[in-house]
Amino acid sequence: MKLLYFAWVREKVGRSEETIDVPQGANTVGDLALWLKSRGGGYAEAFADMKRVRAAVNQEHADLLAPVGARDEVAFFPPVTGG
Amino acid sequence: MTVKVQREDFDPGAEIARLHEGRSDIGAVVSFVGVVRGDSGGDKLRTMTLEHFPGMTERELERIAEEARERWSLDGVTIVHRYGELKPGERIVLVVTAAGHRHAAFEAGSFLMDYLKTKAPFWKREMRESGEHWVEARESDDRAAERWR
Repeated sequence: MKLLYFAWVREKVGRSEETIDVPQGANTVGDLALWLKSRGGGYAEAFADMKRVRAAVNQEHADLLAPVGARDEVAFFPPVTGG
Repeated sequence: MTVKVQREDFDPGAEIARLHEGRSDIGAVVSFVGVVRGDSGGDKLRTMTLEHFPGMTERELERIAEEARERWSLDGVTIVHRYGELKPGERIVLVVTAAGHRHAAFEAGSFLMDYLKTKAPFWKREMRESGEHWVEARESDDRAAERWR
């Protein structure tokens, strides 16, 4: 599974992307976020408040209940501020 | 439908002309140009850096433009959004809509900007005299997008 991070989420976790084996029991975006948070350090900071984090699965906006699998690309980022 | 995500500046006049030149069925062209605002309560902005999600940004802007075309009878849509480092006074975003009549062009342009603000994966980082920070999303932008539901 490929993970991407943007803006302050990227800064807190200290990288812009990584490839991981799907954690056991992680079936949704929310599960994955909780697992990432449990890694501690910058991850714990980035995922401390899930109300402040948004996600996309395969480049489409996704909520915490969206399913994820080994072939997916999952991105985490703050609420967008374009325009 | 044209969507461009680029570092360089754009020419609003040229983009407007491209949308309706050589056509006689278009009666209205509406454009919106977003510009980097330098002042905010005395704390002057030095530069703004826009980060984005290459690939998703283009797809998201295309989805938003497609939705506008489904809702209004449009003859053309152009969205140009810049990324990278920008200074106060520089152009950030351009939305141009063309239609037979003005109402569709105005409404679709407003819809596109409201949706773009809450959907397009861009993040602004401001370098001000007082320091650097990521711009927080505004609830008023969410509400503006909600009204089109």
